[in-house]
Amino acid sequence: MPSAKTTSLLPLEVSSLSYRVDQETLLDNIDLSVDSPGISVIMGANGAGKSLLLRIVHGLLEAHSGAIYWHGVAMAETLRRRQALVFQKPVLMRRSVAANIDFVLRPMGGQYRQRRDELLHQAGLQHKRNQPARLLSGGEQQKLALARALATEPEVLLLDEPCASIDSASTLQIENLLHDTRQRGVKIILVTHDIGQARRLADDVIFMHRGRILEHRPAASFFDSPSSPEGQAYLDGRIVV
Amino acid sequence: MQDFSEAFGLAASLILGFDADLGEIIVLSLRVSLSAVLLAALIGFPLGALTAVLSFPGRQAIAVLMNALMGLPPVVVGLLVYMALSRAGPLGWMNLLYTPMAMIIAQTILVTPIIAALSRQVMEDMHREYDEQFRSLCIPTRRVMTALIWDSRYSLLTVALAGFGRAIAEVGAVIIVGGNIDHLTRVMTTAIALETSKGNLALALALGFVLLILALSVNAAVYSLRASAKRLSYA
Ligand SMILES: Nc1ncnc2c1ncn2[C@@H]1O[C@H](COP(=O)(O)OP(=O)(O)OP(=O)(O)O)[C@@H](O)[C@H]1O
Ligand SMILES: [Mg+2]
Repeated sequence: MPSAKTTSLLPLEVSSLSYRVDQETLLDNIDLSVDSPGISVIMGANGAGKSLLLRIVHGLLEAHSGAIYWHGVAMAETLRRRQALVFQKPVLMRRSVAANIDFVLRPMGGQYRQRRDELLHQAGLQHKRNQPARLLSGGEQQKLALARALATEPEVLLLDEPCASIDSASTLQIENLLHDTRQRGVKIILVTHDIGQARRLADDVIFMHRGRILEHRPAASFFDSPSSPEGQAYLDGRIVV
Repeated sequence: MQDFSEAFGLAASLILGFDADLGEIIVLSLRVSLSAVLLAALIGFPLGALTAVLSFPGRQAIAVLMNALMGLPPVVVGLLVYMALSRAGPLGWMNLLYTPMAMIIAQTILVTPIIAALSRQVMEDMHREYDEQFRSLCIPTRRVMTALIWDSRYSLLTVALAGFGRAIAEVGAVIIVGGNIDHLTRVMTTAIALETSKGNLALALALGFVLLILALSVNAAVYSLRASAKRLSYA
């Protein structure tokens, strides 16, 4: 487990990153530097490119141009091993809830059963441990995916709307879990549409609009007075096109 | 030529009386075809998983080839195995021609492409779904393959049953390499062919009936496996 000091994977440096499909530019010349520990929150309207950006910094998609460095090292599988990504749509294996966690714990060796029960307990899923994972409710599936990500003991945790279909009590529980994880020195990059959640968790905010990053500022200053009209409109809940 | 109704009556008494010859033929048939399916699964599942997971140039061509081999004519397989095992053939020294082992080899060759091709389809679909998650977790290829095989186990069982259905019902391959020798290599399909040509419809009918029951139970098993897999959301 990483010690309380922050991960050595930072800073994350993204420079002139572009991603295109056919003729459409989905990510447009993105520059981003994340060097502070804690929780960075990515916000932006549907289709802004948030999920794409997460995939690309995690090395799952190859950008057409630009570079990604974690602590000065170009993105590679050895870096991905130290990170975990929870997808917007959880991908669970056709196995029991417990077996989904065991799948990542077993190769790490040691007494994995106890650790698995701990993780399931944290996620509030211990009573579902023997149930087929794909019969869980949508919110339970998201919790399981998060528990599995934590099982890998990542130094960087990338979360794509982890609370999208989660009730408010469980959201609170997950936010506490994320807070604890943050305290352990894990860097968290979180995509969310929940402005309240962003206010509660964010240390800094990255605001995206149509494949570009319009703002990247400390949370307080972003929520006080976003510098872009799109950011302001997003916070006001107005429609931006 | 016996009277038809008499043949039916005799067939019923053979089955209900647990006729020894009939039993021997059924047991050998099951032994040969089950062994062949087991071997074919041991080869076909990993092969299916490998072609589902790896992306290499020519992968599409291999998929087409595997699908084409699903339709191998049994007599052609029989002929090729016969040539390989006959005294002058490359494997003639093993003295396997006209033994149950020769029949197992022939049926394994017949069934392996079926199991490999069908299981590739099953696992390719699953791989498409799991791929990003597995890459995120940095799971090595070998482990991806075993995970796919395990997670598609219900579907793979139905694939194996399809292979068994093909093996137990084929006559062309086993008759060539087995020779339909009484008490040695006589299985249901070859016995039916022989007894019918001899006009001994009772035994042929009794065997035909057993074969039909087997085919029906295989289908029922496939159906209920699918249903329970769906219920558990494992399919
Ligand atoms: N493989 C692809 N082919 C074509 N278009 C794609 C592809 N992947 C993503 N896109 C497009 O890129 C845009 C950004 O997608 P992305 O999933 O990053 O959005 P998002 O910001 O995560 O939105 P949401 O809030 O709805 O999750 C979308 O308009 C989407 O249609
Ligand atoms: Mg998204």
